[in-house]
Amino acid sequence: MLSLILKRLGIGVITVLAVSVIIFFGTKILPGDAAQIRLGQEATEANVAAMRERLGLDKSYLQQYLTWLGNFVRGDLGVSLASDTPIMNLISDRYQNTLYVAVLTAAIGVPISLTLGILAAMFPGTLYDRILTFVSVSLVAAPEFFTATILVLLMVFVLGIGNAVVVGSADGKNIFQLIAHFALPITTLSFVIASQLIRMSRAAVLNVMSSPYIEMAILKGVPRRRIILRHALLNAIGPIVNVVALNLAYLVTGVVVVEVYFGYPGLATLIVQAVQTRDFVLIQGLGMIFCMTYVLLMLIADIAAITSNPRLRHPK
Amino acid sequence: MSIPDHHTHYVAPFDADVSFDELPDAPPSQAYRPSITGWIGIVITSFWLIIAILGPWLAPYGENDLPFPDDYSEFQEPKEGAFLGTDVEDRDVASRVMYGAGRTIGIAVAATCLAYFIGVVLGIGAAVSGPRVDMVLSRINDAFLSLPTIMLGLVVVAAVGSSITVLILTAGFIYASVVYRLARAIGMEIMVMDYVEAARVRGEGRWWIITREIWPNARMPLITDFGLRLIYVILFISSLSFLGLGIQPPQSDWGSMVRENLGALQYGTSQLSVIAPALAIATLTVSINLIVDDISAHGGGKLSKRM
Repeated sequence: MLSLILKRLGIGVITVLAVSVIIFFGTKILPGDAAQIRLGQEATEANVAAMRERLGLDKSYLQQYLTWLGNFVRGDLGVSLASDTPIMNLISDRYQNTLYVAVLTAAIGVPISLTLGILAAMFPGTLYDRILTFVSVSLVAAPEFFTATILVLLMVFVLGIGNAVVVGSADGKNIFQLIAHFALPITTLSFVIASQLIRMSRAAVLNVMSSPYIEMAILKGVPRRRIILRHALLNAIGPIVNVVALNLAYLVTGVVVVEVYFGYPGLATLIVQAVQTRDFVLIQGLGMIFCMTYVLLMLIADIAAITSNPRLRHPK
Repeated sequence: MSIPDHHTHYVAPFDADVSFDELPDAPPSQAYRPSITGWIGIVITSFWLIIAILGPWLAPYGENDLPFPDDYSEFQEPKEGAFLGTDVEDRDVASRVMYGAGRTIGIAVAATCLAYFIGVVLGIGAAVSGPRVDMVLSRINDAFLSLPTIMLGLVVVAAVGSSITVLILTAGFIYASVVYRLARAIGMEIMVMDYVEAARVRGEGRWWIITREIWPNARMPLITDFGLRLIYVILFISSLSFLGLGIQPPQSDWGSMVRENLGALQYGTSQLSVIAPALAIATLTVSINLIVDDISAHGGGKLSKRM
């Protein structure tokens, strides 16, 4: 099993390298010159040439790529073209906000959705199950900004809480204040991952429920609650961890739209600004951070699947 | 003709005039009969398809026209002449939703078709070609699949700017990787079937096997997946437009309409300019999902297991 996990880790490292190649050379085909952008249109040719040399743009693409990758590994993301400040400084203020929302969504949204999904699997075919399935089938296809709009309208017009739209900075708040502060982004993202989580955790438990040893337990006369909690759930943990990691990876995408919608200063609003100002040093750095988070969560999903399933542990 | 199940085998009716070659390759499949939720999905999807095609002719005003030039104020309440009110620049919301329908749906359909063309050709190709071709294609594909789609979209838009062509090509290529994986998996599954081996032993060519053995069996799961993929492409393009990186003004689609009217939620008298386009996307994607779910339930739900 260890060798299988090591192999998977190796594939993860190769994937990150492939990602870095795609991101680096993807932003390299940009028309426009980093040195020119930093100095502005008025710069003399001599100045631009000097700046090119300082930024290392006169070297070959391969050398540039290796330098960039080396700096990235050491935690140096370079200097933003638009604001001329080190990217680490730009990020450090914002990454907290993104992290708060992602972690709080995972901490609140995941347990609730899993409970709902497992309950649906415990009582398949009942009215509760059918309503939940219908709602999650509908929600899974709705865009984030639709869910967000509905939530804002509920807050403002039904509950009468004004100014729910713009979420500002989160400085100096304790955990409960943070939850209240980020209530709308967290709820929106929870809805987004809930629909998938409910469907997939329900399917995972039902899948286990159709296996022979559960049939055996039923024939033995074990009570239904005990069958689900002791026999089915323990065996469904692997698939469920897999599902949770996959959906947290999806949060990486969801958080972009939600941050922009609520206009709070996080990493995703920063990368969208970077694209608008064509600040590709910033795009490279942030793109790598987002993609690495995504690859890491996918990796966790795969390892969870491998460790929980003996058949995957010993492939034929 | 009765439908064969596990108990009865399909027996072709004896007919002396029919030669062996003319016997059907497979028993005819049961026609799809939608359930109630399936019908709801079909009705709503058709409604939006009609709007998408006829939108510019049905719309009472032009996309950027002012319905009330003498009375300019943003986010007007619904009234005579503008039944969904007006937007941030006092344009008719209903007309803009109708114009946006064609762009949102047209781009999404074009991108999904492109994704399917690339994905199915390469996927089935990888399945019927040797392991070496398969290896190369699959590894390249894995690299793309391991990236969040929105990040790929952002990098492309940053590099070459945004236009309808760029959106179609970007979404098409990004989602081709998912289609490739599905088409390859289905193709591989069918390639090891006895009937394919039988066809090979008979000496049939590769093209014959693809068109007569693989395609009829791969068709249904691929068509259902087409619906799912269409949903994701609609959401992807709307999200890019919502971020201001998709359709650029003066043109607009539903995603960019939500973006430009977001202020209505804070200080508008009418919020319909945000609700209408957001609801349009949601009803479209949810109704397609209802159809897809209904079809895959009809097909025994095998699709959900394969995903």
